Amino acid sequence: MTWLRGTLAASSGHGEARLFGAAQAIALADLATRTGLAEGLAELAGLAVLVRTQSQIGAAQALVELDGVARRIVLCPPDLADDYLPTVIETAGIKAIVTDIPEAENGLDRYGLPVYRLGEPTAPVALFPDQARATEWLMFTSGTTGVPKMVIHTLKGLTGAIKPRAEGAPVVVWGTFYDIRRYGGLQILLRALTGGASMVLSDAGEPVADFLTRLGERGVTNLSGTPSHWRRALMTPELTRIDPGYVRLSGEIADQAVLDSLRAFFPKAAVGHAYASTEAGVGFEVNDGLEGFPAAYVGQAGAEVEMKVVDGSLRIRSHRAASGYAGQDSALADAEGYVDTGDMVELRGDRYHFTGRRGGIINVGGLKVHPEEVEAVINRHPAVRMSRVSGRRNPITGALVTAEIVRADPEQRASDGDLKASILHSCRQALAAYKVPASVRFVDSLAVTAGGKLDRQHA
Amino acid sequence: MKQNSIAGGAADLDPARNVQDSPDVSPSPVRDAILRQFQEVAASQGKAIKPLTDDLVLLNSGLDSLCFAIIVAELEDTLGIDPFSSAEEVYFPVTFGDFISFYENAAG
Repeated sequence: MTWLRGTLAASSGHGEARLFGAAQAIALADLATRTGLAEGLAELAGLAVLVRTQSQIGAAQALVELDGVARRIVLCPPDLADDYLPTVIETAGIKAIVTDIPEAENGLDRYGLPVYRLGEPTAPVALFPDQARATEWLMFTSGTTGVPKMVIHTLKGLTGAIKPRAEGAPVVVWGTFYDIRRYGGLQILLRALTGGASMVLSDAGEPVADFLTRLGERGVTNLSGTPSHWRRALMTPELTRIDPGYVRLSGEIADQAVLDSLRAFFPKAAVGHAYASTEAGVGFEVNDGLEGFPAAYVGQAGAEVEMKVVDGSLRIRSHRAASGYAGQDSALADAEGYVDTGDMVELRGDRYHFTGRRGGIINVGGLKVHPEEVEAVINRHPAVRMSRVSGRRNPITGALVTAEIVRADPEQRASDGDLKASILHSCRQALAAYKVPASVRFVDSLAVTAGGKLDRQHA
Repeated sequence: MKQNSIAGGAADLDPARNVQDSPDVSPSPVRDAILRQFQEVAASQGKAIKPLTDDLVLLNSGLDSLCFAIIVAELEDTLGIDPFSSAEEVYFPVTFGDFISFYENAAG
């Protein structure tokens, strides 16, 4: 049985590897052999534990402390609202909370559960069980509205795509623009911890320029982020402070422009993009510098990751996928074990290209927008009959929200400008900025399918 | 070389005037359209922007990625060009001056 502390102890025995936050650093060797929970660690054995931390470095420490010890870890992303915690606690059967937030500020005692506060890892760990528990890792999916869904992973599945570090391979320093409490960022943390490598973690609200400066000071060699993260970095003068050997993109469609820009900016670096999702796990990596992926990846029976395309969407089967949703009967995979990613692909020549999300979900710089949510706000406007919201390609954020609107009274032609301003005003009142349509067009009618639904195929 | 005007006087609070006052900046329809778009998007997104001098780092202007995305989309509609998608060599502009020349070059 592999567990995180055991793996870390085996990999960190040599060298000075650390996790670097903005104000704090922890040596991997200390993480492996010491605890910041004192006697609390033994009390957490076998429990379902909520990890609610302020800092990324606190989350990383909690994961090392709890894997192999707790029955279940629920890793809260930084933007999870307090309002959802009671539901999360109930759904996941949480029995204790681990946090790095000072007691006076955390407000976590209101849930009637024991709260354990992480300290510096100073006390030697006596706990090295021969048979560590196969802890469940619950992660939040990013594609939902309302109460967020959690999927169940294990360390084995989460590290399934990580190759062991070759003997004598050069020392690497990892960094990511992601938060490690999200799937894409966790992948990078696990690469660092299992490989005994340093990693630079961003602080909450840290400006990109400052983070890039710290990455440069620590000599980052391998850096990951979404295409939107990278586009923002490319617009930051401090990008010249880093000289990575490996640049990785994931989480959104990597278009040729961003791949080419990165290759031009870092001529010595390998630039690769990876496909992964919180539900399906890590699918594949593409390292030939081109957008999309080779068609040959699909249909390889018996491969570690098997893929097929059904009705235009990519389906993935592998041991890296989550085993299911927490507290829900709805299956994550089909009868054959394939997870439908909802990512639509199109075959052009000998490559598949990603064309967007099924159901018209729009990805604005990594933030997902459901067209129905925006349409509902627009349709509340008294001068609107109906509307259709869709995505419009954008070189900065990948996509932007755009709306087509049918007026309630077709005779009223007076002023498109005034009506547009009025509709956008109500959208801004009700929606986050990235959900507000960036452009609006008035149309005479919108197509409806035979089933009576708004036709989104031709949006 | 152009002077950094951030340390300047009250005139700098009016970006349009600031640019017109700069001796080495030649007005062009593309520049005008871009200036107007920056002002409009800043106003509609409720952002305060710094004087739009050519050496202003875009990400320090007070606008965020979403604002730049909207500006690029609006410019595609008004000017009919999107240099990010059409230019042979794509690069991401760092300063306001980079941004202007990116579009001026694409406009030919």
